[in-house]
Amino acid sequence: MSFPAVREIVSEHGRLSVDVTTLSDDDSLYEAGMTSHASVNVMLALEDAYDVEFPDEMLKRSVFESVGSISSALSQLDVQVA
Amino acid sequence: MTVAADRDAAFLAGIDQLADAIAAVHADDVDRGARFPTETIDALREQRALSALVPAEYGGDGISFEAVAQACFVLGRRCGASAMVFAMHQIQVATIVRHLDGSPWFEDYLRELVADQRLIASVTSEVGTGGDMSRSVAALTPIDGDPARATFEKQAPTVSYGAYADDLLVTLRASPDAGPGDQVAVLARQSDTTLEPTGTWDPLGMRGTCSPGYVVRAEVPVAQVMGAPFPSISTESMVPISHLLWSHIWLGIATDAFDRARAFVRAAARRAPGEPVPAAMKLSHVMTQLSLLRAEVHSAMQDWTEAEADRERLSTMAFALRFNNLKLAASEQAPRVCQQAMGVCGIVGFKNDTPFSIGRHLRDSMSASLMVANERIHQTNAGLLLIAKEV
Ligand SMILES: Cc1cc2nc3c(=O)[nH]c(=O)nc-3n(C[C@H](O)[C@H](O)[C@H](O)COP(=O)(O)OP(=O)(O)OC[C@H]3O[C@@H](n4cnc5c(N)ncnc54)[C@H](O)[C@@H]3O)c2cc1C
Repeated sequence: MSFPAVREIVSEHGRLSVDVTTLSDDDSLYEAGMTSHASVNVMLALEDAYDVEFPDEMLKRSVFESVGSISSALSQLDVQVA
Repeated sequence: MTVAADRDAAFLAGIDQLADAIAAVHADDVDRGARFPTETIDALREQRALSALVPAEYGGDGISFEAVAQACFVLGRRCGASAMVFAMHQIQVATIVRHLDGSPWFEDYLRELVADQRLIASVTSEVGTGGDMSRSVAALTPIDGDPARATFEKQAPTVSYGAYADDLLVTLRASPDAGPGDQVAVLARQSDTTLEPTGTWDPLGMRGTCSPGYVVRAEVPVAQVMGAPFPSISTESMVPISHLLWSHIWLGIATDAFDRARAFVRAAARRAPGEPVPAAMKLSHVMTQLSLLRAEVHSAMQDWTEAEADRERLSTMAFALRFNNLKLAASEQAPRVCQQAMGVCGIVGFKNDTPFSIGRHLRDSMSASLMVANERIHQTNAGLLLIAKEV
C-alpha cells in the first residue's frame, strides 16, 4: 500500500539534502540527510496527518528509514489511504 | 554457583585487590601530576582484565557485563581516572564484540587483544561537532589504486590516553561525499596512526585520563571498518554502554566521598563520646542523596540486562530516553553528593592531604556533566519526549 502524503511530509519536515522525488521507496532517508531531530518532526507530522499514534515499539530508526518503511508501518496501524 | 558466576567472582576479587593495593595508592600522584595511571593499567593487563568481555570462543574470559560495570564502580571508589580509562576501553571492546557480524578481521583482532592485552582509545567527538556523536566532519577516503586501503584525518578535541593506547576506534563519514550522519566506525592501530598534539592536558578533574586534543591521521585496511552503520552501533551499544559504565564510576566516586565523610563523623564521635555530633545529621542527608544515585544506576543496569539481547527494543526511543536519563541524573547527582560530603568534613575535606580530602572526588565528578554535554542530551530528550509514549 502506498501513502502519497508520506513523501510530502518527509519533504516538508525531513530536512533532506536532496529532493525527495529523486529517492526510491527504499532509499535511506538518513543517508539523504535526515537527522534524528528531523525524524521526530516527521513522526509528529505523520501522527497528525493520519490521526494515529505510533506505539513505542515502532518508534525506532529502522521504521523511519525510508518512505517504504514508513508506509508499511502506517499499514500496520490500519491507516486507510485518504 | 554456576561456572560463569565463579568466573565473575574471581574477576571481581582480583579487581577489589588491585583497586586497594594499587589504584588507591597512586591516585593522588596520578591526579597531581595529570599522569597516566601506569601502575593500575599494567596490573589490569596482568589480570587479563582488558579482555574480560571477550567471549571464550575468541580466547577471552567471557566475564559478564554486569561484573565489568561493578569493576568500574570498585575502581571508581579508589581512582576515578583509572576507572575511566578502564571503562572507556571496555566500551570499545563491548561495542566490537556486539557488532562483529562475522567479520574475520575483527574476530582475529579480538584474539590478538586477548593475547597482547591491547588498550583501545575512543575518537568520537570532533572539532566542529563537539559532543554530538551522531555527526562527523572527517571522512574515510579511498586511496587511488588501492581499493583495500583508506585514509582519514580527524581533528579530535579530546582523546583520553591517546598516547598510551595500542589502537583507536574512530568515527568518520563513510566516504568523502557521505552526509554528516552517514557514519562508520574504524579501528586504527597506533602503528598505522600519527597523533599530532594540538594542546596540553591540565584540566580540573579526571586528570589521569591524559586527554589532550590531537589531529589523528591514519591509513588503514578497509577490513578494519566495522560492518554495521555507526548509527545502529551507537544506539544499540555504544551510548547505553557508555552511560552505564560511566555512571558506575560516578557512583564509585560519590560512594568514596560519602565513606570519607562517614569516617570523619565517626572520628568526631570517638573524640567526644556522648556529645552530639552535628556533622552526623548532615551525613544522614548525604546518604539520602547517595541512595538516589545508587538506585538510578542499579535500576538502569537491570533494564539493560533485560533488554541487552533485544536489539530492536534497544533501538526504540523509549530506551534511548532511559539511558540518556541515566547519564543526566547520575552526572548531576554525583557532584552533588561529593559537595555535600565536603560540607560534612569541613576544612579537612577541603584540604588535599588529609584522610578526609574530597577535592579530587569533587573535581573528577564535575567532568560527568560535560563528558558529552548534558545540555545536548537534554535537547535530544526534549525531541524524543514529544513523540515517545511510555517513559
Ligand atoms: C575526562 C574526559 C575525557 C574524554 N575523553 C574523550 C575521548 O577519549 N574521546 C572522545 O571522543 N571524547 C572524549 N571526551 C568528550 C569530549 O571532550 C567532549 O564531549 C567533546 O569534546 C565536546 O566538547 P564541548 O563540550 O566543547 O562541545 P559541545 O558538546 O559542543 O558543547 C559545548 C557547549 O555548548 C553547549 N551545547 C552544545 N550543543 C548544544 C545543544 N544542542 N543544545 C544545548 N547546548 C548545547 C554545551 O552544553 C556546552 O556548554 C572526554 C571528556 C572528558 C570530560
